[in-house]
Amino acid sequence: MLLLAGACALMIVDLLSKDERRRLSFWFAQAILALCFLATLYVIAESAGTRHVIFHGMFVSDLLSHVLKLFGYVAVSAALVYSRQYLLDRGLLRGEFLTLLLFALLGVMVMASANSFITLYLGLELLSLCLYALVALNRDAAASTEAAMKYFVLGALASGLLLYGMSMIYGATGSLLLPEVAARAGALAAGSESARTLLVFGLVFVVAGLAFKLGVVPFHMWIPDVYQGASTAVTLVIGTAPKIAAFAMALRLLVNGLPGLAVDWQQMLIVLAVLSMAIGNITAIAQSNLKRMLAYSTIAHMGFMLLGLLSGVVGGNDLNAVDAYGAAMFYTTVYVLMSLGAFGVLLLASRQGFECEQLEDMKGMNRRDPWVAFLMLLMMFSLAGVPPLAGFYAKFAVISAVVQAGQIWLAVAAVVFSLVGAFYYLRVVKLMYFDDPAADLAPAGGGGARVLLSVNGLALLAIGILPQGLMELCQVAIRSL
Amino acid sequence: MNAPLLSLAIWLPIGTALLVLAAGGDRRAPLQRWLALAGALAGFLVTLPLYAGFDAASAQMQFVELAPWIAQFNVNYHLGVDGISVLFVILNSFITVLVVIAGWSVIGTRVGQYYASFLMLSGVMNGVFSALDAVLFYVFFEATLIPMFIIIGVWGGPNRVYAAVKFFLYTLAGSLLMLVALLYLYGKSGNSFAVLDWHKLPLSLTAQQWLFFGFLLAFAVKVPMWPVHTWLPDAHVEAPTGGSVVLAAIMLKLGAYGFIRFSLPILPDASRELAWLMIGLSLIAVVYIGLVALVQTDLKKLIAYSSVAHMGFVTLGFFVFNAWGVEGALVQMISHGFVSAALFLCVGVLYDRMHTRIIADYGGVVNTMPRFASLMMLFAMANCGLPATSGFVGEFMVILGAMQANFWLAFAAATTLVFGAAYTLWMVKRVVFGAVANDHVAALKDLEPRELVVLGLLAAAVLAMGVYPLPLTEVMHASVDELLRHVAQPKL
Repeated sequence: MLLLAGACALMIVDLLSKDERRRLSFWFAQAILALCFLATLYVIAESAGTRHVIFHGMFVSDLLSHVLKLFGYVAVSAALVYSRQYLLDRGLLRGEFLTLLLFALLGVMVMASANSFITLYLGLELLSLCLYALVALNRDAAASTEAAMKYFVLGALASGLLLYGMSMIYGATGSLLLPEVAARAGALAAGSESARTLLVFGLVFVVAGLAFKLGVVPFHMWIPDVYQGASTAVTLVIGTAPKIAAFAMALRLLVNGLPGLAVDWQQMLIVLAVLSMAIGNITAIAQSNLKRMLAYSTIAHMGFMLLGLLSGVVGGNDLNAVDAYGAAMFYTTVYVLMSLGAFGVLLLASRQGFECEQLEDMKGMNRRDPWVAFLMLLMMFSLAGVPPLAGFYAKFAVISAVVQAGQIWLAVAAVVFSLVGAFYYLRVVKLMYFDDPAADLAPAGGGGARVLLSVNGLALLAIGILPQGLMELCQVAIRSL
Repeated sequence: MNAPLLSLAIWLPIGTALLVLAAGGDRRAPLQRWLALAGALAGFLVTLPLYAGFDAASAQMQFVELAPWIAQFNVNYHLGVDGISVLFVILNSFITVLVVIAGWSVIGTRVGQYYASFLMLSGVMNGVFSALDAVLFYVFFEATLIPMFIIIGVWGGPNRVYAAVKFFLYTLAGSLLMLVALLYLYGKSGNSFAVLDWHKLPLSLTAQQWLFFGFLLAFAVKVPMWPVHTWLPDAHVEAPTGGSVVLAAIMLKLGAYGFIRFSLPILPDASRELAWLMIGLSLIAVVYIGLVALVQTDLKKLIAYSSVAHMGFVTLGFFVFNAWGVEGALVQMISHGFVSAALFLCVGVLYDRMHTRIIADYGGVVNTMPRFASLMMLFAMANCGLPATSGFVGEFMVILGAMQANFWLAFAAATTLVFGAAYTLWMVKRVVFGAVANDHVAALKDLEPRELVVLGLLAAAVLAMGVYPLPLTEVMHASVDELLRHVAQPKL
């Protein structure tokens, strides 16, 4: 597995020399991704579901990590296709972009396979540093610089919190390896009161750091600014692959590392999840910038995903675990697909000298380009969770897990906030279909991006009609945990 | 006989819708119209064997199709109809044909999208009526929102966006709580979404009552019952004629059908326990909304409120728990499907010529449009329940059912005959009769052949049902008996 990651890095170094020939490096990056994808597939076939631990137990190679990696490759590859024209128009498609992107992906991969606090932290920092740089990539834009600054300061703070929490847990358990931490923390938590206090303190910091990275309330402040400030191509990147990483991190840290404290972190996650859904959905209504609106929608969606994570273990009984974590994973995957598509539409609609990012810009999309409008309609209804689109089954699976965990009120809250959420997604549809175009903008071009966008949108519909395959994949992956 | 008729009834219109969309933009409008008509007709034709091959003596589900769909949640693609739902599948497919014809020359912009929306809606609603798996039901139930939202929002009147969003959010609010209820039942029943299994599931009274409210909100919004009916007048007023027709004729029935398929058989004890509430709300709809209808100045609003009142009659019939009441309510649903469709089409005919729906702008239409006037008179009479029209049969049966339960109940329900007659006939008097009100009315042209066909078909249906309702009641009889037997048994 690491071999793969190494290969990835090596080839990136190669890329650096080809800075001038953008077209070539673009395809080269795509080829790397395809290669990694195939290699991961090969590893899956080879390992046949067994679990390998390498590097003195720092790194785990199981089905879950493989599947997450596959999603990661697809997400980044799609992101590249979507943003190509946009970046070319703005002269941003440079070696740095591709390199940083692939390194960020490498961070995601490391996190997906992390089996100790150190590896996890390493992956996280690799990802975060690349993202800070990506946000600042458009050096001349004040908004980008400001966003990068905010992102960096807050992100560093979050990393600090996370490290602090990890060190406390290390102090209590004497190990950095997640399985050992899990075993000792469980025993300690059941034992003396003082050890438990220390662990819970550590946990609070870990969860806070995690919440920062996930971008859930009350640690969400950076998301809207970064989403809005970064150029849309970078926002697309931030909105997709890192979500997979954040999910992996939450799963590894909390479920793998600290199952003994499930009762404690479940309570924290409930607060985070409900607050995120409430504030994310309600604030999104007031936004006039589409990117900012999608940022708040991300916050709400991550809150929803947490619901799945927190309903896995009920009273020490983890019968529900596969369903619940599988639901959360399914949710993350579907969210990444929807987010890809939504930002993809924005990128497609943007042209040289014109940024499509205000809600107003969607006006009359149906007149200008019925097919893209239809795809955006699919994304929006899917984000709102209306059947028969994939977003509905994601919500359905999570709410089902919550109900099975006996948290009916939580389910009702989730449902009420998704209703609030439906309002602003509907507004986008309304603008596209019911309003007349504000300016006479010719339909956007972009051959490859257009085709991929169609595939993306129709995939949401296909998953909506036959959700079984992806759900099963998620559950099988979770079982390997 | 082994053809998957229900699947065809669902997917044939949806498939045609995709074809229509694929046919291209407005330049291909004539082709799209004919395609849509062919799809709608085909969809209607495949439902006819459903009636012909239906075994009326049996209360079992028929034409069952069962295939695994989402194995993780034990969700199946499970279709089937009993004597109740089969009628709605046919009604829906029939109305779709009429809607396609009615929009023929009226809709000039984005024709393909218009027809595709209606065909999809039709297929999805057939799905709601024939789904026997709760998730499948929910998916279809919700999927009706998207096409309707677009129909109202794109081809609607001046205030269409407000109406479309209100419609969408009201219905979504109701049905999301139903989703929680469905998931709770899924857990209770040992991981099954089969609606028929749920019918046998024992549940405590408290659980039943909570679930009842979960379902109530979803279905009450759709029916719509007082006090969550306020989206309906807005939606009707703004929707294009075809949208209003489908909304009144079929979509409102989805809610009432939900009561029959979910609330009553799954939660019989809570239903009996809370019948007072349901009857109370129904009577408010019948009496109060009847009065509200009286003062409307807008034709469509008047008919919309009249729909709410008539649907109040339907829910009243369900919750008196006897054969007269339930069968009457079902007949009323079908009849209302024809009559409200016809009345909205009549308004559409007038609106296409005059571009106003305000009652005061009309007067003396009979002088210039005699054929139209006579048809409209017939539908108006059916709306107020004149004997020999379909409206009479249902209302009479429900009142008989109410009489068996309680005299005063029947008395209050019967006031609808007075109010219904009052607001309908007064409206007809102001619009159709009297001297020619203004130059615009004087210039009106009578019905075109296309309009005559649509209204004529509906008139024939209304009269046939009024004179000889047996073919309808015969089909539903066994199923209704079974339902009532089921509701009478406690399952605590």
